[in-house]
Amino acid sequence: MEFFKNTNIDFLGKKWYFLTFSLIFSVAGLLSIAFWHGIPLGVDFRGGTLVYVKYAHTPDLAAIHSDIERAGLKNERVQSYGPATNNEVLIDLDIRETSEQALDQGKNLIIQALESHATPGRQDLNNSSSLAIAKYLLDKDPLHLAADADANARYTAIAQAIVDYRDKVKGGVLGSIDELKSVADPAVVASLEDNFFLSDFGIRNVEIVGPQVGQQLRKQAILATLYSLAGMLVYLALRFEWIYGVAAVLTVFHDTLITVGAFSLLNKEISLTVIAAILTLIGYSNNDTIVVFDRIRENIKLLRRDKLADIVNKSINQTLSRTILTAGLTFLTVLALYLFGGEVLHNFSLALVIGILIGTYSSIAIAAPILVAYQEWRGERGKQPIAMPLRAGSGPTQPKEKVKV
Amino acid sequence: MVIVGILLVFVFGIFGVPQEWSGTGLLAAITKRINLGLDLKGGTHLILQVQVNDAVNVDSDNALERLKEDLRTHKINYAEISKPDALNHPETIVVKGVSPDQTSDFKSIISDRLPDYEPTSGAENSWTVAMKPLSLDELKKRAVEQAIETIRNRIDQLGVSEPVIQENGLGKYQILVQLPGVDDPARVKQVMQSTAMLEIKQSLGGPYPSEQAALQDKGGVLPPDAVLLQGKSIGSRNNDTGEQWYFISRASAVSGRDLRTAEPTTDENGQPAVRFILTSEGGRKFYSFTSAHVGDNLAVVLDNKVQEVAVIHDAIRETGIINGRFTQQETQDLSMTLRSGALPAGIKYLEERTVGPSLGADSIRSGVRAAVFGMLAVLIFMLIYYRWAGVNADIALILNLVILLGFMGYFGAVLTLPGIAGVILTVGMGVDSNVLIFERIREELRNGKTPPSAVEQGFGHAWITIVDTHVTTIVSAAILFLFGTGPVKGFATTLVFGLAANLFTAVFVSRVIFDWVLSRKQRGEALSI
Repeated sequence: MEFFKNTNIDFLGKKWYFLTFSLIFSVAGLLSIAFWHGIPLGVDFRGGTLVYVKYAHTPDLAAIHSDIERAGLKNERVQSYGPATNNEVLIDLDIRETSEQALDQGKNLIIQALESHATPGRQDLNNSSSLAIAKYLLDKDPLHLAADADANARYTAIAQAIVDYRDKVKGGVLGSIDELKSVADPAVVASLEDNFFLSDFGIRNVEIVGPQVGQQLRKQAILATLYSLAGMLVYLALRFEWIYGVAAVLTVFHDTLITVGAFSLLNKEISLTVIAAILTLIGYSNNDTIVVFDRIRENIKLLRRDKLADIVNKSINQTLSRTILTAGLTFLTVLALYLFGGEVLHNFSLALVIGILIGTYSSIAIAAPILVAYQEWRGERGKQPIAMPLRAGSGPTQPKEKVKV
Repeated sequence: MVIVGILLVFVFGIFGVPQEWSGTGLLAAITKRINLGLDLKGGTHLILQVQVNDAVNVDSDNALERLKEDLRTHKINYAEISKPDALNHPETIVVKGVSPDQTSDFKSIISDRLPDYEPTSGAENSWTVAMKPLSLDELKKRAVEQAIETIRNRIDQLGVSEPVIQENGLGKYQILVQLPGVDDPARVKQVMQSTAMLEIKQSLGGPYPSEQAALQDKGGVLPPDAVLLQGKSIGSRNNDTGEQWYFISRASAVSGRDLRTAEPTTDENGQPAVRFILTSEGGRKFYSFTSAHVGDNLAVVLDNKVQEVAVIHDAIRETGIINGRFTQQETQDLSMTLRSGALPAGIKYLEERTVGPSLGADSIRSGVRAAVFGMLAVLIFMLIYYRWAGVNADIALILNLVILLGFMGYFGAVLTLPGIAGVILTVGMGVDSNVLIFERIREELRNGKTPPSAVEQGFGHAWITIVDTHVTTIVSAAILFLFGTGPVKGFATTLVFGLAANLFTAVFVSRVIFDWVLSRKQRGEALSI
């Protein structure tokens, strides 16, 4: 089976279409960054408090919202999270409600606000940790173990069993304390029933990032991206010619810009993992570019008389089959990640989905034309419009002994 | 042969020697070899910052006292000695009005008695005595190390398995604390931060119902050698009614430093209490104090709150009991904090993340599901598109995964959710090497080469490209590893291992399989690709 056989498409002839296409997307992204959504930063970078809450029933977002407002918190966002059947809600407090002095103040206020039907003097079993339950049991001693040396260990184990049942079997929310009879002694359950109540939600996940860390991570993300680009530039300049490095880095920059722009247009948040995805696609897009460049280098040696534009076109066509296949296969895996990878990986895989499409396109439509444009510019300035010279030792004539790994 | 050997070695890396050959047995073996990250296992992640200036202030406060003392004994006159900016420059002491003819004495006192400090002269005979930059850095570094040690002692006693407590290299004076399986950061923080400063002092009067009443009793002024402290048990079972105030001596008979150990016990009424045992030095001090004060009142002061006041009946040597109307849990916590010592400086929390265990389990499920679907799609496509050569690629790909997971097993690398994504991505990018080679072989065949020479040429040409592409991707993954934290680091790890393994499988293993297929073919027979 073969999809592409001896294609002969004049890619360079279409460079103005490509340029227009790229410009539209880059400018749209830039406009969105400048005037619309900005760069939506995830909690890692902007700081703030995220509380993921799972409800026993379909959550009423408006009621949650007003409960939280009543507790005196401002600027919170309440949205449902993941598939609707999960009954999950994400509550997002911005950095102004996250003080450095009491980092978890916002979280505690949210929990208090949502426990609006709390029984005074009782603890919420759905939001008690195993440590807190163990502490309670040790104190009340429903099994009368006070004299035993291992009372602490036994109550800790019971508390762990209760929490495991709640989190792993019941998905985080107990319907009634009675359900615990299957994992704990009746005396323990009776004691819990007297001193605990059940709210209709459980906290699944909390992320609190103070302003200092947010700033620190922002700086690191930018540095990591820049170092990554610089690393590519140096490597390609050493392996090829400097103009190849410049072309590759410009291409990757174009990809990053469009991906970040897309996140801004879609108003999706850029988190640490999205940065990881962007760095990955920098590597991926470079892969594609290098494959084409390698072929150009090889063809320059074989077809010394031809114009660079023709050589580049021929090289793109020769590698087109590989480019499309690899892109397609990688895209398949990333799509699987996007569709089945779950909510946590959602933005991460979205960045990869966009990045692989753009990265594949750009190595054909951006990187190669830059090489040709540079050469033509040199030609106009009166210098000899020759094909790029080759570096000794890097040509395709040596591979035979290198193959023997 | 080599390949089979390597395969076995890496399969061992993933599974070890499983206890039983069943699905659950294998699963248990995998989870034992491959560490799951906090995002998959559930747990608490904290980043905190040591307020190193606290430690510097303690040091410079001591230095200031010593300097005052020495200046007095050497009869050096000065107008004023102070720390003008304790908040921003805790390392700086300013001495004003040192008489000019005593300058050399002043300098020699500092170089003799305060070797970590350096005097510089300023206007109007004032001197700035600041800690030397090297000593300052050393002091701050030591404060962070000591804080890590103290926190580790306390966390250890919580019974958390495999906690991570280390300096967070990304920021200054920051500590990273990761506690798998702990879902209660509030309690962790409580245990970590409790200072529990124990002092045993003489009680000079009380109890009084209020501060005013106490002061009135002494004629409105605080006795110079005493402080007024509130009597308030930190135990939660206290049934203190109303306030109680005591005059307590400034100097302490023994302090937390003289403590050897502390343990939970019960007092003579069967109530939970904490027994402490002093060091021999502390015991000697305590003995001489109590024998001199038989009949006087003794106060046990914890964190500047009077826990109890008792009459000294006899000279006590080295052991005593604190009864603060504690619960049993509190006696355990208190003994623990007393044992582990105080933090050298305050701490500030910068980041707090908790992953519930149910979320982690969900993440593993969806991550693995995505990996299986992605992998199957690629494997099936390769079979259809390249026929027998597709089998070759699929073998290489599966071997690639085995080696990747084996590497992770051997190195104890941490698998995070983005790490699973890295595995999936390795499949996608790993197949690229095979596609590159196969497309090149097809091209060479089209150009009329014989199968053996097409294979030779295909591998040869593709090899250079593969090296280039892998190096650049590994460069960006390595940078991610250096800069990233937790989950992102896990991603970088799997990507680097995966690509390194891919160089071996896609180039070497595939080549061996091709050669084997070619050696069984008649000359001129077509290659299935």
